[in-house]
Amino acid sequence: MTSRLVYKLMTGFYLLIFFAYLFGPLAVMGVTAFNTPNYPTAYPFEAFTTKWFTALFNDRDMMEGLWNSVIIGIGVVCLAVPVGLAASIVMTQIYPRARSLYYLITVSPVLTPGVIIGISTVIFWKDFAETTGLKPYLYKGMILAIFGQASFICAYCMLIILARLQRFDRAQEEAALDLGASYPQVFWHILIPFLRPALFSAGIIAFLSSFENYNTTTFAILADKTLVTVLAGRVRQGTDPSLSALAVIIIAVSLVGAISYEILKRREERRALEAAARARAAERGEVALGGAVPTAA
Amino acid sequence: MSSRGLVYLIPIAVIAIFWAMAVWEKRRGLDDPSRKGFVQQNGILLSTFFVLAVAFWTLFLVVLPYMYMVQESFHPSLWPKDRGGPKDVLTLEHYKYFIYGLQTGTEASYNVTHLYAFWKTLLISLCVTFANFCLCYPLAYYLAQSAGPQKLRLLLIALIVPFWVNEILRAFAFRVLLSSNGLINTALINMGLIDTSFDFLRADIGLYLGLSYAYLLIMVFPLYNGIEALDKNQIEAARDLGASWWRIHKDVVMPFAKPGIASGCTMVFMLAAGSLAAPQFLGGPNTLWFTSIVYDFFFQAFNWSRGSAYAFILLLACIGFVLLVLRVFKVSLGEIAR
Repeated sequence: MTSRLVYKLMTGFYLLIFFAYLFGPLAVMGVTAFNTPNYPTAYPFEAFTTKWFTALFNDRDMMEGLWNSVIIGIGVVCLAVPVGLAASIVMTQIYPRARSLYYLITVSPVLTPGVIIGISTVIFWKDFAETTGLKPYLYKGMILAIFGQASFICAYCMLIILARLQRFDRAQEEAALDLGASYPQVFWHILIPFLRPALFSAGIIAFLSSFENYNTTTFAILADKTLVTVLAGRVRQGTDPSLSALAVIIIAVSLVGAISYEILKRREERRALEAAARARAAERGEVALGGAVPTAA
Repeated sequence: MSSRGLVYLIPIAVIAIFWAMAVWEKRRGLDDPSRKGFVQQNGILLSTFFVLAVAFWTLFLVVLPYMYMVQESFHPSLWPKDRGGPKDVLTLEHYKYFIYGLQTGTEASYNVTHLYAFWKTLLISLCVTFANFCLCYPLAYYLAQSAGPQKLRLLLIALIVPFWVNEILRAFAFRVLLSSNGLINTALINMGLIDTSFDFLRADIGLYLGLSYAYLLIMVFPLYNGIEALDKNQIEAARDLGASWWRIHKDVVMPFAKPGIASGCTMVFMLAAGSLAAPQFLGGPNTLWFTSIVYDFFFQAFNWSRGSAYAFILLLACIGFVLLVLRVFKVSLGEIAR
């Protein structure tokens, strides 16, 4: 009995420490966003203010960076999700002997340090753009940032989609083909709807990874700027509570996102349960009525 | 043929090898006869799209840039007008520089600063990896085996939310916390433990904390995935047979979660060794992180080829580490990258 209690207490204590470590620094930073001193200070708390938020929104560099980040993020999603889909389908269909080499190549960007991806992207595309004479179109910070980030984000997307693709029941495809569907029809009407949740989460992950990336972007962005590179410049110069204000906004947005995702998921689960119950009820009714399908719900 | 052109030939050769393997396999009849060809299975339009998309990604975004960077590291750093000229020869000078530094005198000397930075980067990354493993293992075990479904979901969300705050802002949070008039120093002074504020950043404590903090989640999730699949009955059985909690973890849980452990450790090590934000913003003035050296070659010395050489050295070290982990844990690459 007592040993069980001790175990429980220790677990509780450990969880407390862990989450204090996880949230402590962010909480302190959050407090500094509402405090008046010019240098981010949590204690003593002088007076409540929202001026750092106003300062943030009036910061032109920051807003330009934000805009660029959003464009790059959308570009990466448009590139990485289709490529990830193609790569995962090729992965399931490639002949077994080549699969391990193919896997090695496609997964390598996940394991490569981001700095190296950024450098190699810039060096390669600079020479490539010069040789092909496309320098004015290709050798641009925004485009290189999209290419550099897509290099590893494609692999994320591939892994996410692949996980769902492996649960795909080939019998569905066979059935559609037997009923006279063509291969493209099977792809659009069976495979894509089946993969939709995975495609959706791949898109979200792609956008968020692109948005918060620093290591690759700082090299690939050249003379342009994204929100994160602007932030890095600010932190290097010194500190200012409007950065805390930005962090507060990011935390608030991700909290709202996480909570609405949770609510959605619970509702979906409840619906699935209800649907299952209804199906069982319908089945019973069908048996009782001797084949006449009841129009329940 | 210059070495730059050669880079474009290598992928073509690799594709040719793939092709030859496919043909060979078909001729040997190893293929399952019921299997349809790729084009037949997807239709001509989709097959073209798949092949083009994958080729663009693997060739232009992955393989060619890497190989281009490697060949660049064997060229001297030149003005644009000299590129491709007679001065543009293959050379090992950047790698020699990494080991010996600038050879000014006749006697042999070593590039102590950079070698030390390299060594220190790897060592600190290793320590951070180990610390994170110790910190995250109990949590992962708790999440996977003890927590109820409601609590589990809440804890997972609590883990994910701080992770969406980007690296720079997390480093900034630690700066605020640890600065000379930050909360921790104020608290320590008020408690009477120290008289003047302690410079956590100069002592590199900020760097260690920041690195460990940044990659906590990277460690928790692979461990959680690894442990989650373990059947509770196995643990019960071990307990009934009288195993101590230490033996349960050492002989039952850890061997089972080996792929997860290997995956978490490699990811954290790679990310820590390749991190740029934490060393830049939290490192003390005397700390030289290897990626910061590479960064300076690019943005201050404009010596791209030497930067490439250093980046390649870092990449080799990381690959070496992954291979070592694979060997030690006896797991395959497929199990790690999930």
